[in-house]
Amino acid sequence: MAGPMKMRATLAGGNTEVRVLMSHPMTTAQMKEGLHHIRNVVVKQNGKTVVEAEISQAVSRNPVFSFRLKGGAKGDKIEVSWLDNKGESNKIETAVA
Amino acid sequence: MIKNRRTLLAVLGMLLLKPFAALAAWNEQAFGAKTAADALSGLGAPSPAPSKDIVIDAPQIAENGAVVPIEVMSNIPGTTSIAVVIEKNPFPLAGKFDFKDGALPFVKLNVKMGETSDVRVLAMAGGKPFVATREIKVTIGGCGG
Repeated sequence: MAGPMKMRATLAGGNTEVRVLMSHPMTTAQMKEGLHHIRNVVVKQNGKTVVEAEISQAVSRNPVFSFRLKGGAKGDKIEVSWLDNKGESNKIETAVA
Repeated sequence: MIKNRRTLLAVLGMLLLKPFAALAAWNEQAFGAKTAADALSGLGAPSPAPSKDIVIDAPQIAENGAVVPIEVMSNIPGTTSIAVVIEKNPFPLAGKFDFKDGALPFVKLNVKMGETSDVRVLAMAGGKPFVATREIKVTIGGCGG
């Protein structure tokens, strides 16, 4: 089952570094559980989409991603959401520290 | 009357659902490809030009194929997307990342690798495809149950 997400967004070297963890089995078709993986990931900065990703079953279980956004300031709202091949989804929002 | 109302609701429902379906893009052709060449074709980049400006940071030897950390960055000006293709995986395309205005063409992720393989990182810049390749040796494969 898909569980909670964790995210940290910090200012580093003039940019915003976003590190996000998604609880997800990410099983392949060869596994006994069958194909179950996140397909879409969207990163938003203050409501504006900055990264859109499509990912496959080749991404490891409980995916962790890092992204870098240009500039940014303390308090910026960062939102990351995902959607999997079974229609399950989740999202998390945090303020840049 | 009721029938009409149902029809109307169905049409409204479709109109409401459609934008969400459109948001959740999924490149079936590229992700369903069983060879790296077909995956690149599916991404509209059948013959990318080799580039030293795509930086791949990954271990030379991955002890556990279930979790192989790969960090990629494109220094090619105008990079709009990066894709990670693992040559010898059953389905080579691991992910495709589109960077809009406001994001740097950088991503770090963990991938599964079934065996030692070349990993190709494709970058689209100004509508042109570029690629860098790096071999990662895998001690224990990570695609089984």
